[in-house]
Amino acid sequence: MKLVVGEGSCGIAAGAAKVYDALEQAIGEKDIHLGITGCIGMCFLEPIVDVYDDNGELGARLVKVNPAQAGRIVDAVSSGDLSSIQKLMIKDEDKTFLDKQTRIVLRHCGKIDPTSIDDYLDDDGFQALGAVLDHMQPEEVIDEIKTSGLSGRGGAGFPTWFKWNAARHAPGDEKYLICNADEGDPGAFMDRAVLESDPFSLIEGMIIGAYAIGCKDAFVYVRAEYPLAIKRLENALKIAEERNYLGDHILGSDFSCHIHIKAGAGAFVCGEETALIASLEGERGMPRLKPPFPAESGYNGKPSNINNVETFANVAWIIHNGGKEFAKLGTEGSKGTKVFALSGKIRRGGLVEVTMGKTLREVIFDIGGGIRDGKEFKAVQLGGPSGGCIPASRLDTIIDYKALQATGAIMGSGGMVVMDESTCMVNTAKFFLEFTSKESCGKCVPCRLGTKRLLEILTRICAGEGKEGDVELLEELCNAVKDGALCGLGQTAPNPVLTTIHYFRDEYDAHIRDKSCPAKQCADLVTYRIDPEKCTGCTACSLRCPVKAIHGVAKSPFEIEQSLCIKCGSCYNNCHFGAITRE
Amino acid sequence: MAQANTVDLSLIEEILDEYASVPGSLITILQKTQEVYGYLPMDAIYRISERTGNSPAKIMGVATFYAQFRLQPIGKYLIYLCKGTACHVNNSDLIGATIEQELGITNGETTEDGLFTLEHVACLGCCSLAPVMMINGEAYGSLTPQKTIQILQDYRKKEASA
Repeated sequence: MKLVVGEGSCGIAAGAAKVYDALEQAIGEKDIHLGITGCIGMCFLEPIVDVYDDNGELGARLVKVNPAQAGRIVDAVSSGDLSSIQKLMIKDEDKTFLDKQTRIVLRHCGKIDPTSIDDYLDDDGFQALGAVLDHMQPEEVIDEIKTSGLSGRGGAGFPTWFKWNAARHAPGDEKYLICNADEGDPGAFMDRAVLESDPFSLIEGMIIGAYAIGCKDAFVYVRAEYPLAIKRLENALKIAEERNYLGDHILGSDFSCHIHIKAGAGAFVCGEETALIASLEGERGMPRLKPPFPAESGYNGKPSNINNVETFANVAWIIHNGGKEFAKLGTEGSKGTKVFALSGKIRRGGLVEVTMGKTLREVIFDIGGGIRDGKEFKAVQLGGPSGGCIPASRLDTIIDYKALQATGAIMGSGGMVVMDESTCMVNTAKFFLEFTSKESCGKCVPCRLGTKRLLEILTRICAGEGKEGDVELLEELCNAVKDGALCGLGQTAPNPVLTTIHYFRDEYDAHIRDKSCPAKQCADLVTYRIDPEKCTGCTACSLRCPVKAIHGVAKSPFEIEQSLCIKCGSCYNNCHFGAITRE
Repeated sequence: MAQANTVDLSLIEEILDEYASVPGSLITILQKTQEVYGYLPMDAIYRISERTGNSPAKIMGVATFYAQFRLQPIGKYLIYLCKGTACHVNNSDLIGATIEQELGITNGETTEDGLFTLEHVACLGCCSLAPVMMINGEAYGSLTPQKTIQILQDYRKKEASA
């Protein structure tokens, strides 16, 4: 028997490492193997422990495990009778979360031990690389990728084969392949999951890419904020090199390639490829005008090709199964699958990989289980700060680059944050502009000043100081920033504002004209009061007030000191008598 | 507050020996220097300038461009408050306000006793646990104001009894 603990960052944050330690102690000398795997994808059930039988089949999946349960689990597993831990097993309704997915990028995630190359090899690992080096010409590799229809998963959706081909045919012997693992979108963790859970598949995809374009040195530019991802990738690179899947004369062939890790230092704009290259060179990560494109002049002025983690993670599967198989999945214009990080007010949040062509509704309701706490769906945010909010009326939009773009949002890299009736759309736009105005590198005026002015207007509206004409002013400014900004950051920064105005204009009007926030989220527009008629003086609110703003004597009505109140709503949520009003 | 030679510069000589002459290594040097001191002391910046040939202005340009680099020492406990989208939707602003109230510091500041530093970060990536904060690498999820205060007070108590 074997127990496997899901140790991705999310799992560890939920306590998986402590569960592992407790299991290790409980197992002691018993004949039970204990191992780890990466992200299983069901963040909402972490920490997760999988029980495998002696044939390597998944016997049971235990969820929301805490260290105190380790002894019980080990006893049940060693006795062979799992009935005593029945209650810890995943519920059937939650199983649909995985059943409705199609996993290519995440094919090994949650299955294999990310620190073990043998686990990866046992699951078809490095077969594609072997085939490529054995009998494929670089042009054939590029053709296979072309047949597959794979396009860039970082968000822009540019055909991968085209970039590879351009870099292959660019003049010069010194070329570079770069993996963009600087996953900067708040609310996105797809790439981190791949790095932490299946680093060998990234390495395999990168070496195949390097072979196709003809380069000997490749880089992974990864966020420094992902320490576990860096650690697992470093480990995987070391093992891959020891076993000759990387380095000089890979698998005895004439092809040599080295992969180096460069840790980014925290700048959202470095997701833009020319900024990323500047950062790789040790400079401030500022973008420059294109052309020349990186395929002509990139890292150190040499032809360079940049793809995102998820794109590379598709490559070995495509070579192994054939581009045609991949192209069978998805829609006319968008092939294969897409991974989303589903979060927000969703019942079942986590990593979701679905074939292109599924609707947003299927992802959010069938897989994600819909909105939690019995509330109403309001919007889904796709594409992070470059994307937009899609309302309920557009939930049947399919996952397809063009279809999503037609809504005003974008496919993006895969952040999918679900919002309910308690989320204010004006505030959401303000939130994203706070982010982009802070992350604007400052090089071009439309972005540097435009995002600041947009933020100022949004802040004013949220504070109840909006004026007639503000919405039109926002729109005008948004279009100016879109048209005038130098790089993708600025060109897309207005999207959250434009989509919320387009779909939720009434919320803007309520803030501006009625000085009210329909979602009751904008603190300046909300006041909590205690109705003395209803208050019984039970002290529940006062005890829970984090800033001690509620005063009174037990058994007589209490009062809120407005100057101290931070509008947290704790009193409102904890009053049993409906005595707290929110206006 | 920069004081002359307040740090032991010999600690970074090894880093400089390895990277000073490697082109494009400035960010790596700064990252490793920050690992040593917890921040980038001005003296270290001057030393890096001497060894790499980059002007102090250029080094400051890079150091201030990236969110990772700090020019001031941090407290014993570094609180990362996640400002990601999922956390925002789950009211991380309120958690921020609670921490600010409880500790009397705002983003980027350190408490007078040198115990806590508060830093807002773009996304910790544990979105299903939102709202989240991380203290010295330990993540705390599904925060409420009460829970947040309790956690901070537990750290204080731990310190007082240490």
